[in-house]
Amino acid sequence: MAPQPPKKKSKADDVVPNSGDLLKYYRDMLLIRRFEEKAGQMYGMGLIGGFCHLYIGQEAVVVGMQSAITPQDSVITSYRDHGHMLACGMDPGGVMAELTGRIGGLSKGKGGSMHMFSKEKNFYGGHGIVGAQVPLGTGLAFAYKYRGLQNVSLTYMGDGAVNQGQVYESFNMAQLWKLPVIFIIENNRYGMGTSIERASSTTDFFHRGAAHGIPGEAVDGMDVLAVREAGIRAVEHARTKGPIILEMQTYRYRGHSMSDPAKYRQKEEVEKMRTQRDPIENLAKVILEAKHADEAKLKEIDREVKDIASRAAEFAQNSPEPPVEELYTDVLVEAR
Amino acid sequence: MPINVLMPALSPTMTEGKIARWLKAEGDQVKSGQVLCEIETDKATMEVEAVDEGTLAKILVPEGTENVKVNEPIAIIAADGESVSAAASGAPAAAKAAPAAAAPVAAPAVHASPAAVQSADEPDMGETKVMTVREALRDGMAEEMRRDEAVFLMGEEVAEYQGAYKVSQNLLQEFGPRRVVDTPITEQGFAGLAVGAGFMGLKPIVEFMTWNFSMQAIDQIINSAAKTLYMSGGQMGCPIVFRGPNGAASRVAAQHSQCYASWYAHCPGLKVVSPWSAADAKGLIKAAIRDPNPVLILENEILYGTSGPVPVSADYVVPIGKAKIVRPGKDVTITAFSIMVGKALAAAEELAKQGIDAEVIDLRSIRPLDTETIVNSVKKTNRLVSCEEGWPFSGIGSEIGMRMMEECFDWLDAPVKRVHGLDIPLPYAANLEKLALPQAEWIVDAAKSVLYRN
Repeated sequence: MAPQPPKKKSKADDVVPNSGDLLKYYRDMLLIRRFEEKAGQMYGMGLIGGFCHLYIGQEAVVVGMQSAITPQDSVITSYRDHGHMLACGMDPGGVMAELTGRIGGLSKGKGGSMHMFSKEKNFYGGHGIVGAQVPLGTGLAFAYKYRGLQNVSLTYMGDGAVNQGQVYESFNMAQLWKLPVIFIIENNRYGMGTSIERASSTTDFFHRGAAHGIPGEAVDGMDVLAVREAGIRAVEHARTKGPIILEMQTYRYRGHSMSDPAKYRQKEEVEKMRTQRDPIENLAKVILEAKHADEAKLKEIDREVKDIASRAAEFAQNSPEPPVEELYTDVLVEAR
Repeated sequence: MPINVLMPALSPTMTEGKIARWLKAEGDQVKSGQVLCEIETDKATMEVEAVDEGTLAKILVPEGTENVKVNEPIAIIAADGESVSAAASGAPAAAKAAPAAAAPVAAPAVHASPAAVQSADEPDMGETKVMTVREALRDGMAEEMRRDEAVFLMGEEVAEYQGAYKVSQNLLQEFGPRRVVDTPITEQGFAGLAVGAGFMGLKPIVEFMTWNFSMQAIDQIINSAAKTLYMSGGQMGCPIVFRGPNGAASRVAAQHSQCYASWYAHCPGLKVVSPWSAADAKGLIKAAIRDPNPVLILENEILYGTSGPVPVSADYVVPIGKAKIVRPGKDVTITAFSIMVGKALAAAEELAKQGIDAEVIDLRSIRPLDTETIVNSVKKTNRLVSCEEGWPFSGIGSEIGMRMMEECFDWLDAPVKRVHGLDIPLPYAANLEKLALPQAEWIVDAAKSVLYRN
């Protein structure tokens, strides 16, 4: 990695990623990419039903942020959530089997693509209603503060969610009570088929906390190292001062969901992002140029993650559907 | 013409109050806007300002007097130029041409259920103390907050203000601002925040100033609180209580007068309770806080000031999902919950005078509904009247009627009859409001109709 002159002294400067770190980010992003490609393929085969929102193109955001937190910190997001779960270390087989609606899925097949959770990995969903996860994530931060813990809540939302009222209700309470929450706006430029310019009166979303005195920063969400640095600064801020906003400027290559032909944007726009801004390709260049690893090593990583995605797909097809008895379980916690 | 100062109504549900202190003495000059006296209601102590100017000629109700009815003359002011002694010696002039007291005629203020049948599941009440529903709810919360550090209360005006309806009185003083949290007016936001805190293992009690405002938050209650356990395959539940006053209060019109029993009871993943008696208010709020699921408590503003015996023991918990027979009888079964229980008991008294022996069941829990208790009663009486304040369409009565069809059709000697609020937004005008809300007489008529005695 080409050394960058630090703008100001921050924790990020003390933790410059080494070769092993860079290869891990490369691997984690590539795993998400290959997993999502496989999911798309399986959707086409009719093995995955309902809604399925792929994360392809946005991988640097979750991988960079995950590298800035500890396993005790929590993550919550909306329904474009497969990448977040893999980045949290959740089992790819369990995620894929949830997509196919099988008992081996993380929610025993009862949640589906948009609703998965892992207490063990501190992943709090997977929420299907645009913006609803924002007060929930603020509540996770409230619980940290209530218990006197030093953890932070990473609360993700898309550019579509930032026009929901409850987002500002959350900003207000988070700043009022100085809660340790990082609001991460994944700005992929389209809320379903509506471009940000057609949906938002202002499109500099990192300013959206200004009315509440919440600082914000725009981040190149296609650059995992830029995300990581901003993440480390934000975690420090959240732990000591309260909420902060990171606007991740990113891009999704696929449609909003599997059934979206994406006719609202030019093919050339997508092509340009893929060829010039791809987070995985660009990190590969950094790795190769600074000789952190050679082509062969990167190929080996690709084979490894392809294999993981294939095995996840295999597990997801072989795991049986949930038994009929599961219909009525988990509606309520039974009295102890 | 001397001016009568009348006991003012200081809230929509106030019917009487106490003159706490006179700030003006007889003979004092009074200017409009000056504080005349302090009046204590069951919710607060409020200052009463003079509207008229002159000399305070006579204080008719001395300070310390309790149970002074709204609209009763409490002092006489002699207008400028009038003889003070003449004004003072004159009997209080007839009350100003005020309309009949705005306050509603509430159900019997004290729960009289001496004949209540104690079922085997009913916890032993042990030593009791008479207190209001308001105090019972507060004590229930306080006991559970002492017992479990994860329990906290949040909502609008719950802390510094001591509760918009004074239900959280003194909780801030005992538990501090970390555990008694005033929120901004932001229902969707704080409901969602509390659900998130619940996912993390805290046990929030969320007070909605009234359930009417919960519509702002209904997505978080249903989609986030009720469904996450299922959608996570049992990994992540939400031990949370949502509570507040439900239904019509008095003269607050359509947007503030609605029963949410049927709305929330519709949803799997939620439990819904609606206590009537002070003992159940305490027993059920404690059960709700201890329950690992989202529990909604539909309270009632008019009941807050009513009193009854409440168990002193901190171990008194009323199981959710159990109805209570509050008046045994053999001729007709009447089911009710919340404020309608009082009206059902009043109806039963009237029916008794007419030789009809009604059994009144307080449902207490709407979801889960104690179908068994209703069915057993119907198998005895063969007739059923369901009462609720809410609207008829898809109401609790619809559900009960259907369940009777399914479970004890052959025991019914008449179609189930429903008593409910009229199918309209609640009007403001006093006469129309009274016509729109179900009264004891409606229950009497319904009971006689299922007995073919009309």
